[in-house]
Parts: sequence; C-alpha cells; structure tokens
Amino acid sequence: MTIAIRVENISKRYKIGLAPQKFQYGMLRDVLVDAVKAPFRLASSLARRPNPEAQTPNPAGYIWALKDVSFELEEGKVLGIVGRNGAGKSTLLKVLSRVTEPTRGFVSVRGRVGSLLEVGTGFHPELTGRENIYLNGAILGMRRAEIESKFDEIVDFSEVAQFIDTPVKRYSSGMYLRLAFAVAAHLEPEILVVDEVLAVGDAEFQRKCLGKMNDVANQGRTVLFVSHNMSAILRLTQDAIVMQKGQLVKRAPTPEAVDFYLASGQAQAGERVWEADEVPANAMPFRPLSLRVKDVRGSVADSLRSTEAITLEMEYRLEAPITGLRVGVYLSTVRGEYVFTSFDVDETVLYEKHSTRQPGHYVSRCQVPADLLNEGRYILGINASSFGVKRYFMDENALAFNIDPLGAPGIQWAEQRQGPVRPRLNWTIEKVDG
Amino acid sequence: MPETNLQQSTYQPTTVYIKPTTGLAALNLGDLWRYRELVYFMIWRDIKVRYKQTLLGAAWAVLQPILTMLVFNFLFGNIAKMSTDGNIPYPIFSYTALLPWGLFSTALNSASRSLTSNHNMISKTYFPRLVLPMASVLGGLLDFAIAFVVLIGLMLYYHVTPGLNALWALPLFILLSLITALGVALWLSAINVQYRDVAYALPFISQFWMFITPIAYSSKVISEKWQLAYALNPMAGVVNGFRWALLGVGNGPDVLVAVSAGIAIIILLTGLIYFRNMERTFADTI
Repeated sequence: MTIAIRVENISKRYKIGLAPQKFQYGMLRDVLVDAVKAPFRLASSLARRPNPEAQTPNPAGYIWALKDVSFELEEGKVLGIVGRNGAGKSTLLKVLSRVTEPTRGFVSVRGRVGSLLEVGTGFHPELTGRENIYLNGAILGMRRAEIESKFDEIVDFSEVAQFIDTPVKRYSSGMYLRLAFAVAAHLEPEILVVDEVLAVGDAEFQRKCLGKMNDVANQGRTVLFVSHNMSAILRLTQDAIVMQKGQLVKRAPTPEAVDFYLASGQAQAGERVWEADEVPANAMPFRPLSLRVKDVRGSVADSLRSTEAITLEMEYRLEAPITGLRVGVYLSTVRGEYVFTSFDVDETVLYEKHSTRQPGHYVSRCQVPADLLNEGRYILGINASSFGVKRYFMDENALAFNIDPLGAPGIQWAEQRQGPVRPRLNWTIEKVDG
Repeated sequence: MPETNLQQSTYQPTTVYIKPTTGLAALNLGDLWRYRELVYFMIWRDIKVRYKQTLLGAAWAVLQPILTMLVFNFLFGNIAKMSTDGNIPYPIFSYTALLPWGLFSTALNSASRSLTSNHNMISKTYFPRLVLPMASVLGGLLDFAIAFVVLIGLMLYYHVTPGLNALWALPLFILLSLITALGVALWLSAINVQYRDVAYALPFISQFWMFITPIAYSSKVISEKWQLAYALNPMAGVVNGFRWALLGVGNGPDVLVAVSAGIAIIILLTGLIYFRNMERTFADTI
C-alpha cells in the first residue's frame, strides 16, 4: 500500500518569550537610550538570519510545540489525533499543510492537502458570495475550471443560493460559515485535514459536515481528524495517535488510543485559575480563585467518563462578609443549550447555616452523579451573587470538558444519542400476552 | 461524470517534501507558476474592492495625479518658476512624471503592506507568499491605465506629439518601475511581518523618494558629476525615460538607464532571496 504521509522526527520550536523586560524602572533616560539603539538593533537582527538550528537546545523563551514526532499514514486511512489543548495537534496539522515550516525533521506528503483547519480564509466582506467562492477556491489551490465545475454543488451545499450575489458582509455568521465550509469541503484533496470543524454552525449543518467527511473517507481518501470529541473520533477513525506536550505518546487502534488518552491524567486542563488582573474590580469582595473538574480518583481532568461521578470544585476568597451569597455553576453544551444550574446553598438548611459568610478562603464542592451526562463537550460557568442584591462575579465560559461515553448505556450501537443527558434508566421488559 | 473519473484515474498526485530550508532557500518559482491563477484572483480582488463604498469610485485613479499635478503646477510652475526641459508646458511636464511615480508609489505602498494586511491567509493556508506582493504591484496597472488616458488628453490639448520610440520604450520603463517597486516591497513587506515600524516609515520613504526623483523638477538641475550617483535611483531613470519617450526631451536610454536597471535588478534579486528566507517563519511571527 502507498504511504500518503510520512513524518520523520518533526520538531517545531516557537518563540514564546516577549522582548526582554524593557524599561523596568520606567526612566526617560532608558527610553531615550533604547530609542537610539533601536535602529541598530533592527539592523543587527535583520543581518542575523533566524537560525532554527541554534546551538542551545532549549533557550529560555522558546517552546517545543512538536518534538520528534514520527508516523506514517497509508493512503485511504482515517487517522484520529487526540490530545489536550497545547499538545501540538494543531501545530502538527499546520506543518503538514505547509502553513509553517518545521524546525527539524522531514515530511513527505503525497497529493494535495486540503485543510479544514480554518474556513473562510481570504473571504473579503465587500465581495459577493459568488466572488468569494472563486477567490477562496483559488486560495485553497483550486483551478478556475475546477471551481466552475463545482460551483453549483458548492452553492447547493452552502444553502445560501438566494444570497449568492450579495456581499458577504451582509451575511449572518451562520451563512458565512456555511459558504466557507462548502468551498473547503469541495476542494477534494487527496488528503483532508479536519480540525474541530464540528464546533461551527448549527446542529443540522454539523450533521452535513460530518456526512461530507464520511464521504471523503469512503472515497478512499486520506483524512487526518483532530477533535476533542472522543465519540466522533471513535466513530470516524480506525487508528489514532495521542499527543502530549508536543510528543507522540501513543499510536494504536482508536479504542485503545482513546482509552490511553482518557486514562493518562490530563492534568492542568480541567482547571480554570483566575489571576488577580482577570477579576473585575466590581467583583469585590468576592475573589474567585479557581474552578476545577475532577474525576472519581480525585485528579483534575478535562475528559471524564459519563459512567463515573464528576466533582466540581470552586475555590474563592471573601475579603469582607457577604450576606445571602450563593456560589454556583451553569453547565451547558457547546451548542449553548443549558443542562442545569445549581448553587451551593440551594438546600434551605445550608442557606440558613451560611446566611452570612465571613471573610476567608472557601471551597464549594459538589458532585455530578454518574450516568447523567451524554457524550460531548460541555462548558462550565460560574456565578456568585446575592439574589436580588448584587451579582458579584459571573463567567459563563470558565472552562470546558469532555464527556466520554465508554461504557454508557446503549454504547453498543455506534450512533450519536440525542440530548445532553444519557441517564441509565431502569428498564423492564414484560411479555404481556401471556 | 465519466470525464471526471477519467481525469482522476490518470491523475498522479505529486509528492511534496517538507523540511526546514537551510542556507539560501531555493526560490521555488515553479510553485509560484502553479499558483499563477491566485495572482490573477488577488489582483481581481484588489481591483474589485479598491473603490468600494467611495462616492467617486474609479475617478480617484484620475483625480489623484491631476490634483497633484495642479498643486505642483501652482507651487513649482507658477511660484517657483521651475524651468522645464525646452519649452514644455509645466502641467504636462510634471504629469508625465507623476504617472509612473503614481504607479510606483501605489505599488510600493500596497505591496509593502500586503503580507500584514492578509495575515489571516498566511497563518491559515499554504500558498507561495510571493503571490501577495506580486499581485499588489500588478494591481496598480489598472489605475495607471486610467490615468494614462488623461495624459493623452493633455498631449492633445498642448499639441505634444510623442515619438515612435514611446511604443517600445514606455513598456520597458513601466517594467522598470514595477521591478523597482517589487524589489523594495519584497524587502519592506518581509521586514514588516516582524517589525511593524515599516508601516510608519513608509510614508516618509515615499516622500523622500519622491523628492530625489525628478518629478517637480528636471534632472538637468543635477550637475554633471552627480548624474551617475543620481542614476542609482531607478525611478530617476524611469521618469527621464518617460519624458524622453513622450515629450522628446533629455537623452534616450544611455548608460545611466543601464545603471538604473542594474540597480533595480539587484534590489529585486536580493529582495527575493531575503523574502524567501524569511518566508518560512511568516506564519509564526505575523
């Protein structure tokens, strides 16, 4: 079988450090001296070519987004890529689609790479839908004749036929996305790269996108699929790689790889910490510190199993006593449907006990029972208020986590269960005709 | 669709090798050729949106050089009483220079900003980055053509007849100004990705360059011994060439023009090398 993608020891280093701390003392003299030096600095840095093979292996201010990643992918295979945010998944796709060059290593790619990394690239708001299709197609590497032959199909798929001669700046964001995705989906590359596209558009459109991806895979083309949605990864891929801190830590058949990913404590993710400068001044005297999601083993995680209980933990400080304070969470799906809202003093007994909270350091903790949430990605928000008096602090998108349905009721059928909850109901079956 | 199937079955995907480019990156002009349609589409886009939501639309292409010419005529023709070559009326004398200058400065300005103004394209998809400055430079040709019509009007009005030389010389001088603009813009646009200082320096660079180019005045005011140094500015060669071809004043293409062309080509080649070298980190630093 032909190898479509061969990746050999790819590493990519990014500069993250800002300029060395300037003007720490804020003296005018420093500013002036710096201004005088600036042209020389510019000249010397222009003369010095950026040298990826710098001698120091990891100088301060640099980060390895990818480190010695190697794998091969046969033509016609669908490969899943999982890993938490910052694990290097997107960087890997960027290297494969030639957006950015690796610092080290070698890749050979057979055929055109179509990226659904970002849709709508190069769309110009002043141009009409029709004009943008041509422009965007050309940017994605399509020939003009190719665009012409697929034009009607693209318009059909996008469902914006009646606005095709309207400037896209008058489009709703949904129409805009649909048109953009339609062009990208019709590029028909030998290798398709998909990164979290399912996060855009409404449910109906998402189904179409998923269908399109399936078609591509069924036509025997190679697909790289990055997602945080384990169920989609399980449904659509045979093989998956797990990325962690820029390294490929596992390559296995998808169920095994997903299990490995879920088991390897995805620390740090699953936690939101508020720094002092992120909290608005009017939140005083409430000072949020952190919000955490923990699994049954008590470790912070961003992927949790639907069959296990989940602990939500809010840590905060009160700088002054607050009467009638309630601290709670909103849980919603990534599509914005609320699943539930709950406050720590919802129980009257607790409310009476904590009617006035004294200054100090607090943790409010609750447990979301096992077998409640369906698979998918959820958003956790935080709210601290005194009902009818004041809302101290609110962040509706404090953190996101995934629910994985391994072992959930009905998992034996590879289908997506509708609805945000997936309770384990006590079914009985009776034969009633005697 | 049997045709499509046939196409697919005979189509052999090409293999792309991705690795860090070391040393002087290959110019990879073959890739640029494969993306030639994108150059066309980018030019088309720039032209389409250029005068969107303006009251006067494409009339600006004519108004800009005419208004500048009127100001020049007032300042340098009427007040400073600059002498033109021979007895050429000042308006047409300055307009023949403003025409290529406008082409050059528009090309330089838009091409130098072309990378940063299309940063989302660069950070999201692959295409030869050279497409952007090239399309910006070529996009100015339409405005130039519109402004040229006005020149024809002026020539009729002032009864100036161009020589036959104009037929071959004008395209060459236009090419020279485009090469110069592209060469400088390759340097500036690549630097601009990392240091946005370019955006602030550009107006000054354009203005300074305009003063060292014989637009408001005749290059005859430069003394003989400085003529060679003066020719180091390729735009001086372009403007003198335009005046020679259209108005029949000054010298035809001589060694000074060769110097100008040589400089322009050196700027272009070094610009290409620098651009290609910086290109690999554009998506990371933009």
